[in-house]
Amino acid sequence: MAGARNKGNPGFIGWIDDRFPLTAMWDDHLAKYYAPKNFNFWYFFGSLALLVLVNQLLTGIWLTMSYNPTAEGAFASVEYIMRDVDYGWLLRYMHSTGASAFFAVVYLHMFRGLLYGSYRKPRELVWIFGMTIYLALMAEAFMGYLLPWGQMSYWGAQVIVSLFSAVPVIGPDLAEWIRGDYLISGITLNRFFSLHVVALPIVLLGLVVMHIIALHEVGSNNPDGVEIKEKKDENGIPLDGIPFHPYYTVKDIVGVVVFLFVFCLIIFFFPEMGGYFIEQPNFEPANPLKTPPHIAPVWYFTPFYAMLRAIPPIAASQFPGVVVMGGAIAILFVLPWLDRSPVKSMRYKGWMSKVWLVIFAISFVILGYLGVVASSPGRTLVAQICTALYFAYFFLMPFYTRMESTKPVPERVTG
Amino acid sequence: MKKFFIAIMLVLAPVAASASTGGAPLDSMSPDHANKESLQRGMKTFVNYCMGCHSANYQRYERAATDLGIPNELVEENLIFGDSKVGEQMTIAMPQTDAAAWFGTPPPDLTLETRLRGESWVYTYLRSFYKDPARPWGVNNVVFPDVGMPNVLEGLQGLQVNHCTKEEMAHHEKTIDPLTGLQMGGCLSVAEKGSLSVEEFDKTIYDLVNFMSYMGNPVKLESQAIGYKVLIFLFIFFFFAYALKKEYWKDVH
Repeated sequence: MAGARNKGNPGFIGWIDDRFPLTAMWDDHLAKYYAPKNFNFWYFFGSLALLVLVNQLLTGIWLTMSYNPTAEGAFASVEYIMRDVDYGWLLRYMHSTGASAFFAVVYLHMFRGLLYGSYRKPRELVWIFGMTIYLALMAEAFMGYLLPWGQMSYWGAQVIVSLFSAVPVIGPDLAEWIRGDYLISGITLNRFFSLHVVALPIVLLGLVVMHIIALHEVGSNNPDGVEIKEKKDENGIPLDGIPFHPYYTVKDIVGVVVFLFVFCLIIFFFPEMGGYFIEQPNFEPANPLKTPPHIAPVWYFTPFYAMLRAIPPIAASQFPGVVVMGGAIAILFVLPWLDRSPVKSMRYKGWMSKVWLVIFAISFVILGYLGVVASSPGRTLVAQICTALYFAYFFLMPFYTRMESTKPVPERVTG
Repeated sequence: MKKFFIAIMLVLAPVAASASTGGAPLDSMSPDHANKESLQRGMKTFVNYCMGCHSANYQRYERAATDLGIPNELVEENLIFGDSKVGEQMTIAMPQTDAAAWFGTPPPDLTLETRLRGESWVYTYLRSFYKDPARPWGVNNVVFPDVGMPNVLEGLQGLQVNHCTKEEMAHHEKTIDPLTGLQMGGCLSVAEKGSLSVEEFDKTIYDLVNFMSYMGNPVKLESQAIGYKVLIFLFIFFFFAYALKKEYWKDVH
């Protein structure tokens, strides 16, 4: 038990430790948490996601101090923050760029999981908590995007909420219940504000804690997919493990600096990122009577938006598209049970796993592109093919991971 | 990761450059927020010609005065026509409902117009009015067909005529004939002279759009100035962070 350790020590920390497991927690999660020594580039994105989360929380607190969550005042209050609040523009750009950065690092973090089998036994719950974070993050981002009350905020929310009305029988009532009105209105803005700044951040923080506790219970995977806990020295320390602190804290600082360089480059020089982080129509206040000619969600939702558009309606109902879109996310939850390979890491899997992962990644990127641009018959066909390949990666996984011949996994990590 | 972001930016840059237009190609306009004289001239044009109907509800006179290097007293004497105080926003007295009745649609607030449509769009739009007796104000626009706005700058520009059909306007290549001074790829030419020459008018519009660009993003120069310092700090800090990592990792084998 953590509580039984570090008792009766002298000094201030000793006084604390007698009453609260401070040293025990420090040891469990940092100083004596043994992580594999062979982490590579892909292992920066977990700590970066944490950094961006803190950025979002802090800038969000200060933005909330000057933001006005009403249909009449929201747009003007954002411009007030941009112009009259000291460094308000910096807070706002840190927050808007942070939203996109969050998805960028989370997508790379998830890809790392696919690459090295980080979702495999005994890390199924780490993966599921992570997927739930992703789900909560999508809700958080979607609701946050309504708050500036620009044209794209408004019509993007209109489109996404109307997806719920495609659900048979209860759909229209469900959409009305979400909006609190017959269309997106100040009432919707108020509840989205409440969810964005209170409810979902609490959910996100709780999930992040569970994600990390589950990870530290089973230990980190690594690019070789070798369980370092199976080879320990006489003190019970994994032979291939090194304390997270100071080794990975100092290494992650290097990653943080590189990340911040790119992040600040965008904040200070390209805050709209050419209309991808802040869309141009959002510089016009929301107008329920004027539909923009082209409604596109922000880039991090576009792969799923492309799937939605690619599925033809059945009996004038968009429901099949909504099901496919939801299924594309839902299927990730069961990934730990689809992979039947005897090895975890892509380094030792066969060629079929490698080819399918590449196909999956390319399909996802193409869908992301197609979700940005206006649709045409040719593009719809490409989107349909990519959607099929996206799902094939998962549906065929139990077969190709079992059929292919794998390479022998080394006893120890290869560095 | 840096490579990844740079790659993303390179991929997105050309897509980002395209903005919505009435199908006509745009004359490129690159703003220069450091050119205070241009911004001052632009502000003068803006309050004299645009603010008859358009507000700039998010921009304060005083902020513009400070950023553009105009003394507050000069702004109060020459650039504020209503009873606004210098610390207030650049609002107008025209009621939105009346404006909607007169123009078909209320004239939009212009604070963020350049961020909504892009500087090149506004620059081309303001120079692309032409005579069209079928329209209520006697003019139409190549970039914004059937626009509700009259050509307020006609006194400066003169009245242009359009030599092209709709298809020709949408598909023509941009070739301004220096002898005839035809605008918009040879479609428009000044039929009745205004008080300014074509070059003078283009320069006036450049200054005006430059000011509007400043209004849309008044922190641009400050943001870039801080940005350089931050990036230089991070660049130097990287070597220290990397050296620290190297030092600690010496004993990992």
